[in-house]
Amino acid sequence: MMSQSLVMGPALPEILLAVLALAMLMLGVFRKGDTTALVGWIAVAGFAVAGVMTLMGSGHDTELAFGGQFINDGFARFTKVLVLLGTIMTTIMALSWMKREGEGRFEFPVLIILATVGMMMMISANSLMSLYMGLELQSLALYVIAAFQRDNLRSTEAGLKYFVLGSLASGLLLYGMSLVYGFAGTVSFDGLAEIANAGEVSTGVLVGIIFMVAGMAFKVSAVPFHMWTPDVYEGAPTPVTAFFATAPKIAALALFCRVMMGPFEAYAPQWQQVIVLISILSMVLGAFAAINQTNIKRMMAYSSIGHVGYALIGIAVGTTAGIQGVLIYLAIYLFMNVGAFTIILAMRQKGRAVENINDLAGLSKTNPLMAAAMTIFMFSMAGVPPLAGFYGKFFIFMSAMDAGLITLGVIGVLSSVVSAFYYIRLIKVMYFDDVVEPLDRLSGATQKAMLAISFVVILLFFLVPAPVVDGALAAAESLTGGTSALASSH
Amino acid sequence: MTDLPLLLTSITFLPLVGVLFILTVRGDEAHVARNSRLAAMWVTLCTFALSLVLWFGFDPTVGGFQFTEKWEWLPEYGINYQMGVDGISVLFVLLATMLTPLCILSSWSAITKRVKEYMIAFLILETMMVGMFCALDFVVFYIFFEAVLIPMFLIIGIWGGTRRVYAAFKFFLYTLAGSVLMLLALLTMAVQAGTTDIPSLMAYHFSPALQTWLWLAMFASFAVKVPMWPVHTWLPDAHVEAPTAGSVILAGVLLKMGAYGFLRFSIPMLPIASADFAPFIFTLSIIAVIYTSLVALVQEDMKKLIAYSSIAHMAFVTAGIFAMNQQAVEGAIFQMLSHGVVSAALFLCVGVVYDRLHTREIARYGGLANNMPRYALFFMLFTMASVGLPGTAGFVGEFMIMLGVFKASSWVAFFIAIGAILGAAYMLYLYRRVIFGKLEKEDLKALLDLSPREVAIFAPLIVLTLWMGIYPSSFLDFMHASVGDLVSNYQTALVAAGKLPAEALALAQR
Repeated sequence: MMSQSLVMGPALPEILLAVLALAMLMLGVFRKGDTTALVGWIAVAGFAVAGVMTLMGSGHDTELAFGGQFINDGFARFTKVLVLLGTIMTTIMALSWMKREGEGRFEFPVLIILATVGMMMMISANSLMSLYMGLELQSLALYVIAAFQRDNLRSTEAGLKYFVLGSLASGLLLYGMSLVYGFAGTVSFDGLAEIANAGEVSTGVLVGIIFMVAGMAFKVSAVPFHMWTPDVYEGAPTPVTAFFATAPKIAALALFCRVMMGPFEAYAPQWQQVIVLISILSMVLGAFAAINQTNIKRMMAYSSIGHVGYALIGIAVGTTAGIQGVLIYLAIYLFMNVGAFTIILAMRQKGRAVENINDLAGLSKTNPLMAAAMTIFMFSMAGVPPLAGFYGKFFIFMSAMDAGLITLGVIGVLSSVVSAFYYIRLIKVMYFDDVVEPLDRLSGATQKAMLAISFVVILLFFLVPAPVVDGALAAAESLTGGTSALASSH
Repeated sequence: MTDLPLLLTSITFLPLVGVLFILTVRGDEAHVARNSRLAAMWVTLCTFALSLVLWFGFDPTVGGFQFTEKWEWLPEYGINYQMGVDGISVLFVLLATMLTPLCILSSWSAITKRVKEYMIAFLILETMMVGMFCALDFVVFYIFFEAVLIPMFLIIGIWGGTRRVYAAFKFFLYTLAGSVLMLLALLTMAVQAGTTDIPSLMAYHFSPALQTWLWLAMFASFAVKVPMWPVHTWLPDAHVEAPTAGSVILAGVLLKMGAYGFLRFSIPMLPIASADFAPFIFTLSIIAVIYTSLVALVQEDMKKLIAYSSIAHMAFVTAGIFAMNQQAVEGAIFQMLSHGVVSAALFLCVGVVYDRLHTREIARYGGLANNMPRYALFFMLFTMASVGLPGTAGFVGEFMIMLGVFKASSWVAFFIAIGAILGAAYMLYLYRRVIFGKLEKEDLKALLDLSPREVAIFAPLIVLTLWMGIYPSSFLDFMHASVGDLVSNYQTALVAAGKLPAEALALAQR
């Protein structure tokens, strides 16, 4: 333990980003004029460098740092790359948005960097302490970002709501962690796993786990801890919503996977039913509650609740195949959301941003490419093959069938049919309805590039699924230490 | 002739080349529309020409899959891109490639708005249909099977009639709800057998208890697609609201996907459950034949009437499939093919007058024999084929099915025969109301007879209807070996499970 205490190498990308955040803060303060774009693009470059470092830097083994508090394994690398991709794409979206709205503030990219450092810490957490540090760093930055449009009533309300409820969830998490620590006597994940494997189930630890699950369920916005999501999604500025829907969600789900499969794996029979329940509730609520929404951001909020429900199936399964399914799902979910939010961000009538679903009416006539792209994203979210979203569901449900969670599978697929209703309703509005007021044309090269990338990924994923599928398998194996019963045995 | 490794892939994806081409068309609206039509026509004709290689190159003496190809896709899961056709699927490929150019031709002047998108949707649809019949991997099959929903949803919803949104949603959600359950069955089978390769799955023995559940999950999907009573209600809506060409494809090819699924998956992979559920299928088929025929009698809308007749005809098919003897299964496949041609032609017949008068209400017509004699003649031929007049395609299929079903159960054959009588009643009643009578209505008098383009659409269908009716062997020859294998494998499985005495095997192979 002591010999590791000075090792910091595995955390180099995080350190780089933390230093970058402080440097950018100073740059923003001391340089005259509007530095948003400069700071923003440096941040994007920083994310890219951190991503490359994460991919290349540390070989393929598991490394510990900071006295075992920080772990860098295949699972962390895979999810960090996803988080960084999401951050890069949504930051770019936000930069062009701020330029257009004239709402530029250099604090925004700095806050995004801080949130990203927090997310990466969360993913790499190997003890309850580092888990909480990462989570809070992320959350505090996100609270501010949600209220970023400080003159806007809804944005400030969203930020405040998010803060109050988020603090409650952090409290629950902290309380659970203190129970776990109190009954197990250690905060280290390895130590906790050792104790769990050693013998009997301690009720105190179990209660602690349940509190922790509640806290994490809040962060991933799973039912019944989802109440904040629609309001925050609707109230926050659209690029912030896009950010919320991608990177932090991926990071929180990765954390969820790590906590359940790492220290608490031995308690799986106890927590499995809890996860199954919140998974079912999320899928069903996500499907039914979205039907009546008229605001597209609110609809996306419920859609994301539903998607989290599907991802949670993988955790409930609790096998390597399940975690692999979660990772594939998240990778695809990232691109679907970036694509959809690029279009939501482009919804403007005569320069004014609109966010009603009906504002898309007749989009296929006025802007066929945009409509076609949105159609692809919506069919993909509904899980219609050959689009990418199908494969996400495919691997999740395959792991569920393998583990014999048939009821969960049946409820899952049926709620996906219900959710298909509101996804295709969007297509109906774009293709079957007549134009009421045309949307402005897509402007800005970055927006077009974002759209093109996600479009191609979602449409053509089926051509080369192997890199994502195999990468996710390797990552899942490094987390669970096992092999998938489904893959390669044949 | 199995040395053409890329043939099936080329047939499947050639229409997508046309899509890419149409996407590059620029210019004013009329120019784009004309070029899209031409491009779609040429591409579908080329696809058809290419698929004719199957007709000439297919070796009907072999029961197994031919023209097979295989590329690794997700090998560690046993999921690979595999294509191949046998005697059961090969003719469906041809049916799909033959009907698509006719659809394009029939929409030539009927579709005036968003022609480019329309043609793209049809070309994508063709790729999905052909791919589905060629797929030799369950996952690949499922992808094509489901992907059909995307273009069809758009075709009904964009170019459909007044209640098109309702119809499109109903179509999409009904079909999706069935399919996702099949997905669970697929995944369970993949997990159990470790592969999704169709020939391997056919050879794999699933435990009887599991077979029941798998069968029900697949049934949910295929029954919606066929459609079987009582999950048929999406079909009349979809047919009525879809544009003519959409109805043609729907009736001609998409309905066959469900029955094909029974033949390709349910029966060979789950023989014991299939045998257990055969009475259930018979019951549903009998109800469908009689009930939908009666419903068809009272329809006021031409398309709706033909839609209900489709359900009745497909109920013949399901009864034939689950009778599981050589005649019945061959009859069922033949009936599917003939229904593909005849019902497609009937929808085109409706389309002809709909294009002129923009109504499908039967009461608005009457006496068309006076000023549209050629139309009356063609319509009569297809009506007779639908009724099952000897000498037309409809007769052969119905006759073989009844013959085969009679072997399995004389009561089922009896009730199904009642359906055949009712079929004659509603079709002739329709024909009388539209074609005969006095030509009194002013707007009807102005109607022109078929144009050369319309004659060109009907000509191949007439040839096929008569050819299939007069010399069915040229089609049945394709099926003998494959259907023989299917039936004998099924019976072997039943004997092995103790559900059938061993003598039955010898009897069947006689």
